[in-house]
Amino acid sequence: MIAYFTRAYTFSASHRLHTDALSSGANRTTYGKCNNPYGHGHNYRVEVTVAGPIDSETGMVINMATLDSIVRTKILDRFDHMNLNLDPLFASQVSTTENLTIEIFNILFDALKPARLHRIRIEETENNFFEYTGS
Amino acid sequence: MILLTRRATFSASHYYWNPNWSEEKNFEVFGKCANRNGHGHNYTLEVTVSGTPDPITGFVVDLKWLKDVIEDHVLSVYDHRHLNHEVPEFETAIPTTENMAVFIWKRLELPVASAGGAKLSRIRIYETPDIFAEYRGELDATRGAAG
Repeated sequence: MIAYFTRAYTFSASHRLHTDALSSGANRTTYGKCNNPYGHGHNYRVEVTVAGPIDSETGMVINMATLDSIVRTKILDRFDHMNLNLDPLFASQVSTTENLTIEIFNILFDALKPARLHRIRIEETENNFFEYTGS
Repeated sequence: MILLTRRATFSASHYYWNPNWSEEKNFEVFGKCANRNGHGHNYTLEVTVSGTPDPITGFVVDLKWLKDVIEDHVLSVYDHRHLNHEVPEFETAIPTTENMAVFIWKRLELPVASAGGAKLSRIRIYETPDIFAEYRGELDATRGAAG
């Protein structure tokens, strides 16, 4: 029996969408108010989905306490109340939520082993969300 | 092919306990979910079926019919019950959200298929707005858990 277990976490962070590869005018055109010079923030809601067999002793795909601990250490402690643009992950790529979704997937994919991360879904606002399943 | 989802809610109590373990190990693994008098949740169940719209009605399934199937096969058994004490599958299986997704699938798979137009595609069950489990009927050859 392969089941999928999902837990949602929230963190608050600021970012600014800007790339040195474009002129200031092109940045403004591309990113609009997301390019405002001092940045802005979101309450990000991150859904972490783990796939796997249901352990016959616990009835669980993964123990939520284990999952909470890994996400807190690897993601929340790193990003909560931080400026994403200053994180080394975004030194050479724009801190769009697309890129954030991929980076969080890659961090947790390794950190959760031997459990299998299936999907990261991030809500930047209640109307914008992004998903990545590793391919 | 169309995916169509019907949502339903129910309230139930449960606790997590493996009778083969000591009390200490149960609390170590399950934490406060092991408190023996149980606790409760407002569950949200999403039942997703897949199929092709009927050329005459335009329906994959009649949603009223699907609502009644969920009521008859799941809600009438789970709603306002203590899962450990009153629902047969949890006499032996631990009523985790994962196991609930699997057993609800087992309760609904044949009734949904019997209508002829659709098949069950996914069960998603929310224990809280931030915790949910899904089962899509995928079998795993290496480990059988929930039966």
